[in-house]
Amino acid sequence: MIFFLETVISGLMAGVMYALVAIGFVLIFKASGVFNYAQGVMALFAALTLVGVMEKFGVSAWIAIPVTMGVMIIVAYLVDYFILRHLVNEPPIILFMATIGLAYVLEGVGDIMWGSDVKVLDIGLPSGASDYLLDNYNLYIEKLEIVAAVVAAVLVVVLAFFFQKTRVGRALRAVADDHQAALSIGISLRGIWRIVWSVSGFVALVAGIMWGSKSGVQFSLSLIALKALPVLILGGFTSIPGAIVGGLIIGVGEKVAEIYAGPYIGSAIENWFAYILALAFLLVRPQGLFGEKIIERV
Amino acid sequence: MFYFESGQFKKSYREDQAILPIRQDRIGIAVIIAVAFGGVPFILNDYLLNAVFIPALIYALAALGLNILVGYCGQISLGTGAFLAVGAYASYKLMTSFPELNFILVILLSGGVTACVGMVFGLPSLRIKGFYLAVATLAAQFFIIWLFNKVGWFYNDNATGQISAPPRDVFGFQITGPAAHPVATYLFVLTFVTFFALVAKNLVRSRVGRTWMAIRDMDIAAELIGIRPLQTKLTAFGVSSFYIGMAGAMIFTIWLGAVEAGEAFNIDQSFLVLFMVIIGGLGSILGSFLGAFFMILMPIALKQTMVDGLGMTAVSAKHMEFVILGVLILVFLIMEPHGLARLWRLGKEKLRRWPFPY
Repeated sequence: MIFFLETVISGLMAGVMYALVAIGFVLIFKASGVFNYAQGVMALFAALTLVGVMEKFGVSAWIAIPVTMGVMIIVAYLVDYFILRHLVNEPPIILFMATIGLAYVLEGVGDIMWGSDVKVLDIGLPSGASDYLLDNYNLYIEKLEIVAAVVAAVLVVVLAFFFQKTRVGRALRAVADDHQAALSIGISLRGIWRIVWSVSGFVALVAGIMWGSKSGVQFSLSLIALKALPVLILGGFTSIPGAIVGGLIIGVGEKVAEIYAGPYIGSAIENWFAYILALAFLLVRPQGLFGEKIIERV
Repeated sequence: MFYFESGQFKKSYREDQAILPIRQDRIGIAVIIAVAFGGVPFILNDYLLNAVFIPALIYALAALGLNILVGYCGQISLGTGAFLAVGAYASYKLMTSFPELNFILVILLSGGVTACVGMVFGLPSLRIKGFYLAVATLAAQFFIIWLFNKVGWFYNDNATGQISAPPRDVFGFQITGPAAHPVATYLFVLTFVTFFALVAKNLVRSRVGRTWMAIRDMDIAAELIGIRPLQTKLTAFGVSSFYIGMAGAMIFTIWLGAVEAGEAFNIDQSFLVLFMVIIGGLGSILGSFLGAFFMILMPIALKQTMVDGLGMTAVSAKHMEFVILGVLILVFLIMEPHGLARLWRLGKEKLRRWPFPY
């Protein structure tokens, strides 16, 4: 029972990590209809920059994080200036391919600037097992994962506040609802895109810090983008709560399947389990758990 | 002046519907094919044949397949790498289980097997489309590669987990295995690709191809005029996978000789072929060839200039290659989203009036 509980909890924590990446996808998809394949690479790039700034200039994390955030905002502006501006009204597949191109560029630039070896990201987040839970309930849970869960919760609250209460947030929701109508009442579409890419750059930074602290900053970090896809399918492409819930379901499902079904049908089913789960789900409910209903029959 | 069709009158429906209605086009294509068969293998050295022409032609076949699905039928697929793997492993199993089987038949049957697998993974396309479908095909990508790595039957339980191609002859010339001569393999691949490009060209002009395009342009309207989405989409998945499977079989048997599913057919391959299709031009047979040659040649050319020309280390050249590749893709998408094939069409328009534009 304890073992099952541990499996579920570590699955939940992994799910939180997936959700962190998935939120970045959702933000951009909602505001501009662009499916941003580069989100995972953005997380890698942010983590690389953070480590690089801390190492090169010997500054503490509290200075390095705002600097990295500044870099991500610059990236957002560059993306808008050089790419999105020119691709308005192109079909979604072209925009999707463009973000793959962007992923290549970011990856290469990150490697050229900071080197491609695996780096240790240590910004003072606690590590190791939580003693309190281990002593009292005999549960083995990483402290870092608890921090990740708390950070994700805070992030969602902040984003929700930002979207619901601020002027910019309202504009963002207007754009997500209807591009044309938003334009007609004087909302600058490009301004919104820049903000949205900056915000998802921020989310990428948070995801990068969490994943980087967990498993080191390395190339494989960019591949978590692929893991976020089934999360999006489950939760719906346009819903932030969906991204969280989808992430949790995928995380738990994966871990439970690996441990309980793995011995029978072979190990490493983690690689594809999420996709098959998402595929099965798609056939039943194509819009995801919380996505907007697509009123269209194929 | 030279590319001008005035005076060429069509006197029958047959002539009117020819693949190449203009005489200059016919001459041009004939020259290209003649050079490809008679000139290229004897002018170029073995390295160029092995490293550029053979893979480019094989990938052109894969790009043709994907173009049928994405460009003509409008269904996005990110599972190309897996379908290439299915072709490769099917050919391996066929060659080891039936050593007497003719090699041409092996390739065709591998395509057939892949077509069946492709149709199974095409089933979700009946309910979902767009990015949702892309994710569904990603499921194929990860599941199939995992299957090939896990189940020993597929690689005959050998210790390395690799599969390697046994030597085979076609018409007395060795085609696969280390002793095969590049010229022989090149001519074999070229014959195959030329034939199937012609088939594809005719297919997309036929009833089947038109139903694909109708579904692509507007599925509901297509349904209303009596096109069955089920059959149309599944034939597109089937034909597309058939081409991709043949390409996969050839990548394994002819080009690489020995592969391991997780390495040779990972998700990067899916993106590579998709890039070929997009850069070459969606919905264009010619574009598939242009895109394949572009995507194969460019990394080699970049590496040559950076490592040998500018004296960079291999590692930093690799990173630079990533950046340049990404930038080129972006520039391409921004300047000409319709691909190289569109540039060629524009060029032809210009050529008609050249050198006297008025």
